[in-house]
Amino acid sequence: MPSAASESDSSLEVVPLRHYARWAGVVAVIIATAMVIHTLLSKIPNPSGQKVCTTVNGVKQCSPQLLWRFSWDIVHQYFFSRLILTGLWLTLQITFFAMIIGIILGVIVAIMRLSPSRLLSSTAWTFTWFLRGTPVVVQLFFWYFFHILFPVLTIGLPFLPVTFVTINTITVFSPLNAAIIGLGLNEGAYMSEIVRSGLISVDEGQSEAAISIGMTRLQTMWYVILPQAMRVIIPPTGNEVISMLKTSSLASFVTVPELFFVQGEISGGNYELMPLLIVASLWYIVVTTVLSVGQFYVERYYGRGALRTQPQTPIQRLRGDLKGVWGKMRTRRGAVA
Amino acid sequence: MTAMVEARKVTKSYGSVKVLRGVDLTVERGEVTCLIGPSGSGKSTFLRCINHLEQHDEGVLLVEGQLVGYEQRGEKLYERSLRQICAQRAEIGMVFQRFNLFQHLTVLENITIGQTRVKGTKEDAAVARARELLERVGLGAKADNYPAQLSGGQQQRVAIARALAMEPKLMLFDEPTSALDPELVGEVLDVMRDLAKSGMTMIVVTHEMGFAREVANSVYFLDQGVIEESGDPTQVLTNPRTERLQNFLSKVL
Repeated sequence: MPSAASESDSSLEVVPLRHYARWAGVVAVIIATAMVIHTLLSKIPNPSGQKVCTTVNGVKQCSPQLLWRFSWDIVHQYFFSRLILTGLWLTLQITFFAMIIGIILGVIVAIMRLSPSRLLSSTAWTFTWFLRGTPVVVQLFFWYFFHILFPVLTIGLPFLPVTFVTINTITVFSPLNAAIIGLGLNEGAYMSEIVRSGLISVDEGQSEAAISIGMTRLQTMWYVILPQAMRVIIPPTGNEVISMLKTSSLASFVTVPELFFVQGEISGGNYELMPLLIVASLWYIVVTTVLSVGQFYVERYYGRGALRTQPQTPIQRLRGDLKGVWGKMRTRRGAVA
Repeated sequence: MTAMVEARKVTKSYGSVKVLRGVDLTVERGEVTCLIGPSGSGKSTFLRCINHLEQHDEGVLLVEGQLVGYEQRGEKLYERSLRQICAQRAEIGMVFQRFNLFQHLTVLENITIGQTRVKGTKEDAAVARARELLERVGLGAKADNYPAQLSGGQQQRVAIARALAMEPKLMLFDEPTSALDPELVGEVLDVMRDLAKSGMTMIVVTHEMGFAREVANSVYFLDQGVIEESGDPTQVLTNPRTERLQNFLSKVL
């Protein structure tokens, strides 16, 4: 038997390993994908039994009316309707403002939690404990009914008959504001844990270095610790934003006409339940996609300095892939010629 | 004229562990002082007390005749406000064993941030000074790099430039070459040597006996929280009087 070493190196052909299981997997995925697309685009006879009749050569022929299984025509009809779009706009507003409140609160609570003062850290702990421990829906109802518990809000000196400002609670705690405040406070509890994990991930030497050049605690936190904690904070925060987008649908419980609420209103009138749920879901997916892309770039920005080389953007990667494929095709063509 | 740093009977404990047990030390202006001693002897702790990164328990610690962290009025010591302590710290540069450069900032930004945020220097003046200092430590070309892209020796030189940017009257070095690969130690010591020549007052915790012998005006040997021996470097390092120092030197030399 001739040994491989006896052959001259250049004449040896390299046979890549055949990945049979991988190929089987690929085929299975392709078939499954085709089935899903086929189902999505399939039509079924009208369940109400309606028929379509045509007269050919004087003979009337009737066949069951075919409708999209997923009622795409109705989905299309409502997708850009005014009501849905105003609902979507409210959903975006709730998500945005609740997250702003959540993030600011989260940073404050996280810093309190890490404070050397026992009182501050246990206050922060209690805040998180309570808001994470009760259902968000209940919290939303609490703020919604807040004006019944406290019809009038006064700002004055505690326990003294001195008041500066008096306001009707209902003017502040409108259903929309109640939802934003409720979701924002709840988010603050979750964000505080995320921020805290980011803060403790930054090496202690960083704050020592900042302090040694004369920075105050606040400056150290703002210019040195937080920017580096961001790298750890951003990914789960992106998760929270996307989660909040969907959780904002709970605002429908307190009569805020956001996306989920309006789709229910519409389908309550025309009984097209599934199509309108699809309309709402598609919008949620669209916004989630946009947010995910945004998250990538924010992560990239805060990751600077952490890695020796910046990760590629999807566009750069696609361009690289295309270039690679193009190059392979050219060399192969060259080899053939 | 008051000494730059004066310590009298400085003590410090962590819980039940006494790290410093009465340290006496005097550093005159323009002098280079090296602190040597086995690990755990309290060298770093003492250094950190000087710029109040740690608070000493008892004794007197003066920088330019001013109590560190406290103010004496009559018979009482008043703790200084955080703002005053920060102002004191800003005048004392510190270089760490593990560099501690701000990872999210470029080399240039590392050197300007203290100037702009603490001293209130204008941006362009700060940048000009930063570039000048980078030239001085031989890293003019690295201004826009991030610390992670530099070697340990380069990072430490940036760290020295960052401290110098604050125009300190005193520089503290906490084992500045201990985390470096042997071939990178020289470049950092060169920068420190130049700094010493320029008349900077320096306190250096180090295991580099060659550097101590060559550059230091005085050497203090710290063991188990007390100064065992001190004096002229050639004297202390070549003719150690105590057995402990003899033992220590036989291990490190």
